[in-house]
Amino acid sequence: MPKRSIPEVNAGSMADIAFLLLIFFLVTTTIEQDNGIVRKLPAKQEDIPDPPKLKQKNIFTVVVDKSGQMLVEDQLMDIKDLRKSAVAFIDNGGGVSAEGNKCDYCKGEKDPASSDHPSKAIIALRNDRQTKYEVYVAIQNELGAAYTELRNREALSLYNESYESMNSKLKDANFKGNKDKIKDRIKVLKDMYPQFISEAEPKK
Amino acid sequence: MAKFKKKKDGDLPQPSTAALPDIVFMLLFFFMTVTQMKNSDIMVADKLPTADTVERLNKKNDRVIYIHAGKPKDRYQQKYGTEAKIQLNDKLADVSSVREFVVNEIGQRPEDVQKLMMTALKVGNDTNMGIVTDIKEELREVNMLKIVYIAAKPGKE
Repeated sequence: MPKRSIPEVNAGSMADIAFLLLIFFLVTTTIEQDNGIVRKLPAKQEDIPDPPKLKQKNIFTVVVDKSGQMLVEDQLMDIKDLRKSAVAFIDNGGGVSAEGNKCDYCKGEKDPASSDHPSKAIIALRNDRQTKYEVYVAIQNELGAAYTELRNREALSLYNESYESMNSKLKDANFKGNKDKIKDRIKVLKDMYPQFISEAEPKK
Repeated sequence: MAKFKKKKDGDLPQPSTAALPDIVFMLLFFFMTVTQMKNSDIMVADKLPTADTVERLNKKNDRVIYIHAGKPKDRYQQKYGTEAKIQLNDKLADVSSVREFVVNEIGQRPEDVQKLMMTALKVGNDTNMGIVTDIKEELREVNMLKIVYIAAKPGKE
């Protein structure tokens, strides 16, 4: 018999099988979105008989109504001005901390009518039950960014590195340097500007 | 010789399609590695908020409990109405079932992970805060204090 060349396998059906598998995966999987704003809720505790006295000047009130309008310290404010206003409040340093130390790293106005020390500065947020979640997240974002901005500034002046870059190094699995040292530095920065965002019961 | 088609003059040879499945396999491998199997169809909350101070969660999925909340998507609106609902795993539920669900989920994870768990709240943009606050209250009751508001990094518009 004359030598026959082996017939070529038609590769067209291979592509069909591959397409089928591809469509299966497209339909049954998702690209999981894993980014978010991290917050810690306050622990549930029985009413403390003697709640610590908080001076009004150490509390930065942010009230949002159901239409998304924001009242900061009883004055109407736009969301884009919130960050600056929060930074000014936290960084004010108009008095002394609980231990009696003045805030020597604060670059704020030192207004006696605003917060005494970043460790005493509390941001009190209150929404309405009908406030849109989008507005709430935007506000949380701006408040978190205010703390990050202050921590960044101090990190650059103390350690020549921004707070954000320290955090990303900690999360980086391939980082070869000393993670414990970074953790300690981050703790120092967090103690300089502790994040106290408290949330009140929403208005019905 | 009669088995082969008569070659007409000027006929171009057919381009080989042997590489086509390779291209498709490449796409397939991409999807297999980058995505994760959805454990359930998300029936609520279509638009998630964007924020620029978001952090990446650790990829360790067994430390995260997902709670979805929001108005049901268009497809499910006939069945479930247009009021905001909570979805736990694959069922729609009420605020009262959140506590039990969370406790169950914690119980299912290994002992050493139980203390490190966090709750991820995937809530739609136009959900009212009332239901979110209720969920947070329930989480406080079971001492699950670490929460994450899932949001996307804003894209470069």
